[in-house]
Amino acid sequence: MEKRVTFRGWLLPLLLIAPQVIISAVFFFYPAGQAIWQSLFIPDPFGLSSQFVGLGNFEFLLTDKFYRASFVTTAVFSILVTLCSMIPALFLAVLADRLIKGSGVYRTLLIWPYAVAPAVAGVLWLFMFNTRVGVVSWYLGQLGYDWNHVLNGNEAMGLVVVASAWGRISYNFLFFFAALQAVPRSVIEAAAIDGAHFWRRFFTIVLPLLSPTTFFLLVVNIVYAFFETFGVIHTITSGGPQQATTILVYKVFSDGFVGQDLGSSSAQSVILLIVVGLLTVVQFKYIEKRVHY
Amino acid sequence: MVEKRGAGLWLAHALMIIGVLIIAFPIWLAFVASTVTQPEIVRPPMPLWPGDQLIENYTAALFSGVNVPVATMLFNSLVMAIGIAVGKIIISLLSAFAIVYFRFPGRNLFFWLIFLTLMLPVEVRIVPTFEVVAGFGMLNSYSGLIFPLIASATATFLFRQFFLTIPDELAEAARVDGAKPMRFFVDIVVPMSRTNIAALFVILFIYGWNQYLWPLLITTDPEMNTIVMGIKQMFPSGDDVAEWPVIMATSILAMIPPVIVVISMQRLFIRGLVDSEK
Repeated sequence: MEKRVTFRGWLLPLLLIAPQVIISAVFFFYPAGQAIWQSLFIPDPFGLSSQFVGLGNFEFLLTDKFYRASFVTTAVFSILVTLCSMIPALFLAVLADRLIKGSGVYRTLLIWPYAVAPAVAGVLWLFMFNTRVGVVSWYLGQLGYDWNHVLNGNEAMGLVVVASAWGRISYNFLFFFAALQAVPRSVIEAAAIDGAHFWRRFFTIVLPLLSPTTFFLLVVNIVYAFFETFGVIHTITSGGPQQATTILVYKVFSDGFVGQDLGSSSAQSVILLIVVGLLTVVQFKYIEKRVHY
Repeated sequence: MVEKRGAGLWLAHALMIIGVLIIAFPIWLAFVASTVTQPEIVRPPMPLWPGDQLIENYTAALFSGVNVPVATMLFNSLVMAIGIAVGKIIISLLSAFAIVYFRFPGRNLFFWLIFLTLMLPVEVRIVPTFEVVAGFGMLNSYSGLIFPLIASATATFLFRQFFLTIPDELAEAARVDGAKPMRFFVDIVVPMSRTNIAALFVILFIYGWNQYLWPLLITTDPEMNTIVMGIKQMFPSGDDVAEWPVIMATSILAMIPPVIVVISMQRLFIRGLVDSEK
């Protein structure tokens, strides 16, 4: 889409676009280029010189069992976060949609956890499940369950999943609620007259009509779980125990800044770059489809 | 009518209230913890109803904190969040205006260059970006906190989409009247975009306020810590017991500004959310 009416001149538009282009070049393209460049080298331990290794870093990563484990961890983590944030959100949205009165109040009460930073959410959940002072872990102890996410990898994973999914419920609720409100009342009423009860209407009419929203939220939540949950992991488990919660983004950080392994960290950045690229393509394909629809 | 009445309606309300309570529980607990004394917390189970230490704990957090007064961190967060929101909005308005209203050499190239930046969150390129910022001597500075995070294209795209819907007649009339492009931009385009600007501001403010990894890397001086990353720094290393009431008071303080923004500007917030994901 283009404008018919435009202004003349070339200096002014270049000046207007310059700030964004310069900032993108300095803080975006140059670092991204550096990441690609550094991924081809292994620096010596003193950082004085580096040796060209071609795709050696990638080869090493793809055969490294810790990196592969991190891939699996990330996959499990993002699937769980997506499910744990979308299913409750859909449930609440269906409830809110059925209420004629009060759905606005519930919406207000439900959206604000979205504003809580992932890192702060991490601290809140850590506090509830803290092995020494946590309320929930204490009551679990009374029930005979010994909660210890510091030692138990599965419990650690469960905790970071719940803490990451918690704020996302608000986000997903908003989108599901908006989509449900857009479902034509006449269709629902026609089905009701034909004798379809609530659950039947939900599964045969409402859910299919929600599928564009559902698909969109799937992609967005996976992107969130991949890239925006660093704060949760860092505050609750720091990737432990035994790397049970080391997702890919956390590994870039821990290898690059804690382990000072720049070659490997850069190669990991490049791999993530490819992952983001693929996810973006999927997202755009979907948007195109929606435009057709 | 397909809406439920009677028992079904009450059931829906009851389930809804249970859902709201479950979702609010972590925050309630944090609030309670910020109003009681340390001994009440370290001897579990802690009470589930607020105590009488509210003023003491919040004063302690705000004016002395653990490493640095929380008031300082709040100020840093405010500067960072507003800097990112305003910075992004300004550069995106300008570049979207250039792309939509001019034909100039390299226009398509620039458009695609900006488009590419959509794809790469700062988490992916942290090491080299850190080196660039360190090279400029921008560690522990507001510009170091702000600039690397305003290089993103979402806002530019939003404004581009919106500018394309502004009727051509307006630009034509401005040209006939002999108005310079910048006059048109300031008098027509910006005022017409104010709802979009406000909606975007809400989203970007929250985005900036909630940043964690980037401030963690570049603010080694506690005086420059932002509140969201500073909370983790308040936990002691090793076996010391954390000062839970102060930490929880800080957590509450860290969520108040974005929560106020979301609730008070709910309609703009929802609009911004839907717009920026389109």
